[in-house]
Amino acid sequence: MYAQMIKTVSSGVKSRDEMSDEERAFQDKIDRDIKIEPRDWMPEDYRKTLIRQIGQHAHSEVVGQLPEGNWITRAPTLERKAILLAKVQDEAGHGLYLYSSAETLGITRDEMIELLHEGRMKYSSIFNYPTLNWADIGAVGWLVDGAAIINQVALQRTSYGPYSRAMIRICKEESFHARQGYHAIMKMAFGTPEQKRQAQDAVNRLWFPALMMFGPSDAESVHSEQSMAWKIKVKSNDELRRQFVDQTVPQIEYLGLDLPDPEIKWNEERGHYDFSDPDWKEFFDVIKGNGPCNVDRMKNRKEAWEDGAWVRDGLLAHARKRAAAKVAAE
Amino acid sequence: MSHRHVGSLHAPDAEMAVKNARDVYTRRNEGVSIWVVEARHITATAPGDKGPMFEPSESKVYRHPTFFDIPEEVGHM
Repeated sequence: MYAQMIKTVSSGVKSRDEMSDEERAFQDKIDRDIKIEPRDWMPEDYRKTLIRQIGQHAHSEVVGQLPEGNWITRAPTLERKAILLAKVQDEAGHGLYLYSSAETLGITRDEMIELLHEGRMKYSSIFNYPTLNWADIGAVGWLVDGAAIINQVALQRTSYGPYSRAMIRICKEESFHARQGYHAIMKMAFGTPEQKRQAQDAVNRLWFPALMMFGPSDAESVHSEQSMAWKIKVKSNDELRRQFVDQTVPQIEYLGLDLPDPEIKWNEERGHYDFSDPDWKEFFDVIKGNGPCNVDRMKNRKEAWEDGAWVRDGLLAHARKRAAAKVAAE
Repeated sequence: MSHRHVGSLHAPDAEMAVKNARDVYTRRNEGVSIWVVEARHITATAPGDKGPMFEPSESKVYRHPTFFDIPEEVGHM
């Protein structure tokens, strides 16, 4: 779960000579791997870009609960249901860690949620794909969380202290997600022919959307130079994607499933797998809001927010009443 | 019992803050006891003041017991 295609707020990377004294001191700290903390001086563009990135990452955690929540009531066993519940609960926690770190940059959680609901902030494209059968839940944990881990492990070294600490905590919890997913899909792949067919179908459908999670190809990522200099992006999209493919192909082979892309082939010379690009037209289409589930996801998010308003209001009213009674008693 | 900062959360009151903290920050057996404090009640030093605040203690090595050599004959001290 994470951010993709963040438009960096910047007018281009400045050379040291073009920087003000404050900017130079800031960049020096980053170059020396000293974390930037909330009350430190930071360029306005750094702050704005981070709000976008961490906010989108937080939204992804929360919206990411929807495709999985879809299967909680239909999990095949009580144990799988408890595991899935625990996983989805983790995602809510991850959302909270990330909203909290974004809040240190001077935006409130409510403001970010409002921006999401107005369509002015995004979440990862992957959650706009449906989870059609139980094997999809296995594939989501294994492939989607697997892809997220690769990105998030790199981001543990990001320059902004609160974001880095959130990533460290999330990574500790995330490997449970990937492993429970692989475990679930192993059961399917080694099960009846029908179960195996469903596992294959899930891998076929989710493979390219998972590759898209890393964002457009490096040639298309026009904004990454500044984000790299600020160390809020640590590795390039293509580098992370390649790492994911190298890690995942043997896992597909172990399951005895067909590779979802006929072009996947070990390249001895490069020491990596060759593979096909995802359909980038589809990617940009999904980002624009035209994926299979964009409308549903946003409708569910807004409903949850609006239908839950009376609970939030009630809790606040109760807290105020009790506080007033306490003051009166004193 | 030494407590460690684990994270932030929103809650309408202290009681709910403890409940939320339990749900969010003790899902992996990390919980022993929870303290919650409203952020506005925290006064903190700035990370940039790290040097002036804490470096002076570096030059006072005699505050550590190992600074003093005690003859072996004296025994454990």
